[in-house]
Amino acid sequence: MRKKTQVADVNRSLYDIKDKFEYSFKTDGLNEDVIREISAQKNEPDWMLEFRLKSLGIYHKLDVPPWGPDISGLDIDNIITYVKPKTDLNVTWDDVPEDIKNTFVRLGIPQAEHKYLAGVGAQYDSEVVYHSVQENFRKQGVIYLDMDTAVKEYEDLVRKHFMKCVPPSDHKFAALHGAVWSGGSFVYVPAGIKVEIPLQSYFRSNAPGAGQFEHTLIIVEEGASLHFIEGCSAPKYSVNNLHAGCVELYVKEGAFLRYSTIENWSKNMYNLNTKRAIVEKNGTIEWISGSFGSKVSMLYPMSILKGEGARSDYTGITFAGEDQVLDTGTKVVHAAPYTTSNINAKSISKSGGVSVYRGVVRVLPNAHHVKSSISCESLMLDSDSRSDTIPVLDINNDEVDIGHEAKIGRISDEVIFYLMSRGISEEEARAMIVRGFAEPIAKELPLEYAVEMNNLIRLELEGTIG
Amino acid sequence: MAERFLVIKDLHVNVEDSPILKGLNLEVGRGEVHVIMGPNGAGKSTLANVLLGHPKYEVTAGTIEFEGKLLNDLKPDERAKLGLFLSFQYPEEIPGVTMENFLRMAKIAQTGESISITKFNRILREKMDLLAMKPEYASRYVNDGFSGGEKKKSEILQMLVLEPKLAVLDETDSGLDVDAVRVVAQGVKQYRSSENAIVIITHHSRILEYIQPDYVHFLIDGRIAKSGGPELIAEIEQSGFAALQSQSGRA
Repeated sequence: MRKKTQVADVNRSLYDIKDKFEYSFKTDGLNEDVIREISAQKNEPDWMLEFRLKSLGIYHKLDVPPWGPDISGLDIDNIITYVKPKTDLNVTWDDVPEDIKNTFVRLGIPQAEHKYLAGVGAQYDSEVVYHSVQENFRKQGVIYLDMDTAVKEYEDLVRKHFMKCVPPSDHKFAALHGAVWSGGSFVYVPAGIKVEIPLQSYFRSNAPGAGQFEHTLIIVEEGASLHFIEGCSAPKYSVNNLHAGCVELYVKEGAFLRYSTIENWSKNMYNLNTKRAIVEKNGTIEWISGSFGSKVSMLYPMSILKGEGARSDYTGITFAGEDQVLDTGTKVVHAAPYTTSNINAKSISKSGGVSVYRGVVRVLPNAHHVKSSISCESLMLDSDSRSDTIPVLDINNDEVDIGHEAKIGRISDEVIFYLMSRGISEEEARAMIVRGFAEPIAKELPLEYAVEMNNLIRLELEGTIG
Repeated sequence: MAERFLVIKDLHVNVEDSPILKGLNLEVGRGEVHVIMGPNGAGKSTLANVLLGHPKYEVTAGTIEFEGKLLNDLKPDERAKLGLFLSFQYPEEIPGVTMENFLRMAKIAQTGESISITKFNRILREKMDLLAMKPEYASRYVNDGFSGGEKKKSEILQMLVLEPKLAVLDETDSGLDVDAVRVVAQGVKQYRSSENAIVIITHHSRILEYIQPDYVHFLIDGRIAKSGGPELIAEIEQSGFAALQSQSGRA
């Protein structure tokens, strides 16, 4: 088959290459001793240990959500809660052990860092193995560190914000996260600083049957701006893995933050991730989200528009294939007047895959002159697949301007015929239609990610023509 | 005809189990322009679609041969690669795929040869100029939000870029204003050569004011009821299809 001209082809097996399962320390299961061990390993301040223990208590009290996809296949009690890779944090790739480094090279991380990123964090299982930020941004006061280091070096700042946006009491997996979190990135952009090129953290899970609980905390001060990219992948194992990360974003007055994610977890992964932003006056949060992997995803990035004139844009695409249930969407709380939200959600399902858009737009009584526009489009590639749209509007103010549209469609035979009549094969015709459907999302991604997304779409579609 | 270019023999076609073409015979030679006229429901669009191999149209008997190759079992893309082209009556919209990308991919698929983005862009611009299309067209999504006239122009643009050996124009002149018909006709004239052939399917004669056909056929109730030269067009304009239908004994 002919390949794209300018880009190397991505092979699915790239994500599936397993490194030998090696570690310097790990903990199985979940109890107070395990938490104490993790905290001791990390040499954390006491308040963090107390926070973990308090979260564990909350975890035991909460039930799993009564709604959403079936997650009964997840055996949390027997999950490996903490896997410390056989290396410490490194500041040059040369110091990262060869096999781990090769994994990230295959994923293109050091190459991307060299070409178009202002800083990179790379996490392998529970710990960050590499972190760096360009000198000129560091000089301007930009902090980009692995979370564990930040807890020690910027203790006050972290303590003030850590799980204040997403408290452990939010839901069972937030509590779990509070108890066993490890790794992740901390970003602080001082007032007025514009970080023109993106920072990227990549989370790679290698250990079978393990959980990944990275914590990302980003503070963008007044008038500052940042584009943060998050990537994730894991090789496929026969046992189930869990990802219960937490992302907390603080967007201050007049600040701008774009948070882009390309999630490509293996199909044995339960992706129960929590992401939330608090946006102050005239601040903007933009969520760009591509979800391709995992067995089950429950992911609803939330924006709390706290200050007047705050804005949230959500642009998301999910692609659910065989045995996948991707239940995603976004929540917006309009908590102040003159706040705006735009939601553009697209989903593709094929081979029995289930895509669900689940979202909430809530307008609080005081929030007048709110504007919100919601568009959900889904494309089903065959009759075995499913797509649902569950948008909830909870509007408590009359002076609002809210628009909602939903479209569910299939690829028509007429369109396929049209493309084939121009000499394009049926397989390529389908891929072209699907890529076109995803184009509004792809064009929001950095080029390399758009290319990766298109390749993922192609891979998902390969061999679908009987 | 000296050379067998397109030969359709005793073609029977069903659509959803009902017979539409009932023994159609047609030969088109290289360098010729044929016009097929007929009333609504006679099978004109069926003929266009079956030539390109639309899966909904089932050939129950008969053969379609192009340059000596039997087309019956070939898929639409295989037929396109042999040099067939259909200008659709109702072109499909492909949101998210730009005209330029789409056409470049189609060109590469047909020729099997890579062509650089810049080189292709040059060719595309040249053809767009012929059709008085603004440069922005190239970066618009295929037919997405196009007016009726723009869609038909887009079909002719595709024809000019893909350079097929046989172009079938299905009602390309319908729904167009006078200016658009003239532009489309100019595009067709540009394409016309001794090396290729054109089959124009239409139920009125507007486009024929600009393009002089070699042969005219009346398609009535699934068969070619009458064939002749351009003089037949005047006959239709005077007496209409009803007269022909009663002439051929199946009204």
